[in-house]
Amino acid sequence: MIKQHYQSIIVQTICSLLIPFIQLFALYVIFHGHYGPGGGFQGGVLLAVSIILQRLYLGTKISYQKFPPKLAMAFAGVGLLIYGLAGIIPMAYGASFLDYGSLPLFWVHGAELRALGILIVEIGIGLGVFGTLVLIFDNLVGERW
Amino acid sequence: MKWFNAVVMLLFVALMLYATTGLPDHADPQAPANKHVSPTYIEDTIKDTHTPNVVTSVLADYRGYDTLGETIVIFTAGLACVLILMKRNGNDKATLSKHNSSDHM
Repeated sequence: MIKQHYQSIIVQTICSLLIPFIQLFALYVIFHGHYGPGGGFQGGVLLAVSIILQRLYLGTKISYQKFPPKLAMAFAGVGLLIYGLAGIIPMAYGASFLDYGSLPLFWVHGAELRALGILIVEIGIGLGVFGTLVLIFDNLVGERW
Repeated sequence: MKWFNAVVMLLFVALMLYATTGLPDHADPQAPANKHVSPTYIEDTIKDTHTPNVVTSVLADYRGYDTLGETIVIFTAGLACVLILMKRNGNDKATLSKHNSSDHM
């Protein structure tokens, strides 16, 4: 059980410096999935790793105030909901399931809309993986929340 | 019995090795698996989705249903972890010890 934060100035400085860059790189991986290796799964794992690193060096007490575990559960659900809605909303417009070309975003059309649909789905995957991994870590640590 | 099992396993290995000779070569463009839908995906991905990365367009667009399943699997794994490991607010320890003591009776 991690009660107090890690008592080392080096660890604290390095971790607090690393976390923003890990999160920035995670966003890059999610949003750059169209043009290179990456995507929702990898970016979500990187986001989760940043929060888990924060949990490790700050201790659960402060870290739970910064990022509550229930928020992770909400993120996991919202991510899956985004993916499901991206599948179901086109059906309301007469297309088949997960046909992003019929999403009701009227300022883009055709292939651009499908690229945007892929991005929406990747964001959903990223949020879902992020929330799920943080949730699993919080439950494995065994702190009551 | 041990020798019989070994002989059966060797025969099975020989059968499998013989079967591999009928498989197409690795990365053969004329293999049936590479002639069905793969050329369509590779050629039409820019026209259909404006996504240069074919892996992403196949993962999230052409095979989006499969990826939805993967996401649901991950989410379900997280939910299972929560349900098994979560510390409940009720006094589990008391009910557990009571249950154990009644078992010993």
